[in-house]
Amino acid sequence: MIDGLATALIDTGRDVFAVSALLLGFQYLVLRQPILNLRRLLAGLVLVVVGLAFFLIGLELALFPLGEHMATQLSSPQFVFGSDTVPDSPPWWKYGWVYLFAAIIGFSTTLAEPALIAVAFKAEKASRGTIRPWGLRLVVAVGVALGITLGAFRIVTGSSLVFFVAVGYLVVIVQTAFAPKSIIPLAYDSGGVTTSTVTVPLVTALGLGLASTIPGRNPALDGFGLIAFASLFPMITVMGYAQLANWRAGRGFKGDQKGMNP
Amino acid sequence: MLSHRLWNAVRDLLPIIVVVVGFQTLVLRQPFPNAAEMVVGTIFVVLGLMLFVQGLEMGLFPIGEAMAYAFARKGSLSWLLVFGFLLGFSTTVAEPALIAIAGEAASVASDAGYIASDAATQSSYALQLRLTVAVSVGAAIVIGVLRILRGWPVQYLIMGGYVIVVGATFIAPEAIVGIAFDSGGVTTSTVTVPLVTALGVGLATSIRGRDPLIDGFGMIALASLTPMIFVMIFGIVRFGFRASGAG
Repeated sequence: MIDGLATALIDTGRDVFAVSALLLGFQYLVLRQPILNLRRLLAGLVLVVVGLAFFLIGLELALFPLGEHMATQLSSPQFVFGSDTVPDSPPWWKYGWVYLFAAIIGFSTTLAEPALIAVAFKAEKASRGTIRPWGLRLVVAVGVALGITLGAFRIVTGSSLVFFVAVGYLVVIVQTAFAPKSIIPLAYDSGGVTTSTVTVPLVTALGLGLASTIPGRNPALDGFGLIAFASLFPMITVMGYAQLANWRAGRGFKGDQKGMNP
Repeated sequence: MLSHRLWNAVRDLLPIIVVVVGFQTLVLRQPFPNAAEMVVGTIFVVLGLMLFVQGLEMGLFPIGEAMAYAFARKGSLSWLLVFGFLLGFSTTVAEPALIAIAGEAASVASDAGYIASDAATQSSYALQLRLTVAVSVGAAIVIGVLRILRGWPVQYLIMGGYVIVVGATFIAPEAIVGIAFDSGGVTTSTVTVPLVTALGVGLATSIRGRDPLIDGFGMIALASLTPMIFVMIFGIVRFGFRASGAG
């Protein structure tokens, strides 16, 4: 545990150290201005490093071993079929518990994702309170839940990854044309922040568990597919929710006509 | 204030705890293997999340905003772009997840016969890959900053980027494509995201005629897109186009 704490401190500390060096260098050499509240800023950076280190260690201790074990067990032939082997083309409905687990683990890990918390804070500020941070995070979490469930279903049935991703992006393009313009950049960003600290290890374990027990699946490729879905679907749900809210309000974002709308 | 933060952290983590405990006791019907470790770990996670959020508000957000305002006041575009590039480059090049992927990519490439199998060749290949990804994230921040200054809609950049990604998937050497897709996901670390978001929103707020919501966001999306493009270009430069008939 001490070893783990040291590694976590070094890993997050490296990022923060690079940032601090860059900041100090630019403030004093280029901008030539003293930094206001330097001590407070540095204290904040230390809190970020220590906080992330504790967060990661806690996950390693409490959540990851059990969650990964659970994902493996729920997808094991023993649990699903009560035998040691999986039939050549397993019926997809046999994996009910896997879909449910995929959905709620995707949902709950996304709510705890620190990077998403940060983006949601900023979104509230930038929208002057129109966007509620907790609401945004719920909508993104629903997107991740949908994405991972569909990803698990795809691994079970063995349907084409390219097909699903292509259809997904087509939906994103169509939504981009019709969604309120002010939500689009935020929707795109929420796709990128969902796949970090908390979600990836558990989702990867689920993908590996499924792909390595079902005949004819490729663990490397199918594990990746889940992550791809987890960053695709939040874009769809965030834009979809904005469209819904816009439609129900009957007004709202109409003021900006910046993007693709005529 | 403190109790409020503590409650928020507990609320953020409660769903995971409920899911794990519920599945373990109701579905799998098994005891908890190391209950003591789990309790300690959970306390660590809650404490860590609380400290991180406090640090966000005290450190990362103000820094990103302060830099944005300082550059906007000074009005020096070239220094702003240099700063943006270095910010993206320096937070990515030492990213542990990227180092892991680059090492894996080197062994895949040597197994496939793309590069020699000795350790020196493999580690130099892994380093080139890391530098490529770090440069691509730096470039994403530069493009993102330019976009905020000029007011380009982000969707055109992203759509154009995806068209390039799809096109490159067909002509890039096969061994590089999987790595390229994976590298898009590892570049947005928990430290980089708040900083880059604060920089973007700060810039969009301090420049007249820009909307913080429309122009301030979008840099994270760019930073997960450019690595895919750059890594595939790197593969083409290094190994040539995909051999015809092999794809």
